[in-house]
Amino acid sequence: MAGEKSLVLLDFWVSPFGQRCRIALAEKGLEYEYSEQELLGTKSDLLLRSNPVHKKIPVLLHAGRPVNESLVILNYLDEAFPASPPLLPADPYARAQARFWAAYSDKVYEVGTRLWKLKGDAHGQAKKEMAEVLANLDGELGDKAFFSGDEFGFVDVALVPFAPWLPSYEKYGEFSVKEKWPRLDAWARRCGERESVAKSLHPPEKVDEFITLLKKHYGIE
Amino acid sequence: MATGGDDLKLLGVWDSPYVNRVQIVLNLKGLSYEYVEEDLLNKSELLLSSNPMHKKVPVLIHGGKPVCESQVIVQYLDEVFAGAGPSILPADPYERATARFWAAFVDDKVGSPWYTILFAREAEKKAEAAALIVAALETLEGAFRDCSGERGGYFGGDGVGFVDVVLGSYLGWFKVIEKMTGVRVLDAARTPLLAAWGERFAAADAAKGVLPDDVDKVLEFLQTFLD
Repeated sequence: MAGEKSLVLLDFWVSPFGQRCRIALAEKGLEYEYSEQELLGTKSDLLLRSNPVHKKIPVLLHAGRPVNESLVILNYLDEAFPASPPLLPADPYARAQARFWAAYSDKVYEVGTRLWKLKGDAHGQAKKEMAEVLANLDGELGDKAFFSGDEFGFVDVALVPFAPWLPSYEKYGEFSVKEKWPRLDAWARRCGERESVAKSLHPPEKVDEFITLLKKHYGIE
Repeated sequence: MATGGDDLKLLGVWDSPYVNRVQIVLNLKGLSYEYVEEDLLNKSELLLSSNPMHKKVPVLIHGGKPVCESQVIVQYLDEVFAGAGPSILPADPYERATARFWAAFVDDKVGSPWYTILFAREAEKKAEAAALIVAALETLEGAFRDCSGERGGYFGGDGVGFVDVVLGSYLGWFKVIEKMTGVRVLDAARTPLLAAWGERFAAADAAKGVLPDDVDKVLEFLQTFLD
């Protein structure tokens, strides 16, 4: 549905950062146009114009104006659409905690990438860091259903897109989330039961195929 | 002048840009707080228990509850003390998103190289990092033109805003970087708007006395961490 108030999401199918936005938009009941972008080949003019600084997805276009960076987009959706169900809690202290942990969740992807890209000592270091990151997240989740308590919210949206990447990280990192951090494992399954999440995420096998593709692309064996 | 309400405590290190930006915001909002200078080589129990994961400064402790990560702290102060002093983030959602974008850019493209310059041993790595900061500031020159528009001398328009405090917190270090690498990263010849903004920001009441201005003192202090 085109028009002044339209939302367009420039995205890439397997991007967990894009998926954060897809899940957020679905949770908030906001209609939008999904626009798959070519990332490994030639980037579109629209992408380059919308995010000239980083040339990355996701980009949310709202009435033609671009918002970049996944967590900035999530904050923006809450603020620009105040009538829709909020992702962030109302209390400022709880919001600060949510922002802290959502930013921290980026580490899963950053460290995970080093796990499949690097070898030797660097790989060993990444293994160690991944264990710390997952232990910290598990500790913060505790026995709660979701990170902020009973309700699915900001931190869950930020973190859950990395769930289909975990089986690959487990393979490259030689660990098992279910064994070491069963609460986190249960949380991922619980989130996966939500329609917004189920519709936005791809199965782990597809993610693993993509990692293999990236390894070829970077000349990593 | 509004007070901190429930007591505010800030754990910091005097020359950290991340701490300085929180101090500047506290000043802008006229909030009183207790400042605790941490010895990073001998971290206090309070720091370790308030920020167990990262063990870093700044940590804001408000009514006994810790808030970590400088950009999170600044937004928290803006929300809790919304009535006190100017708003750090603009009111409009799109402008807020723009401010957050540039703040993230600053800490990524200026902050990361800054860290490299401080702690990398090789002169070559320091030089590369200084070049990265130059490039980032060139991009920010354009951003400044867009953000401040016709409205005024700051990224935030007429008054100091989020991007101003985030980028401004590195100003004390630019002269130090020049001494360490020979590169003048903020140069009126390259980025005139930003250079003028830098003078303006450093002279602002909220920033004076917070931003380090004694290059040798900073270098001496840095050396204690390198030895």
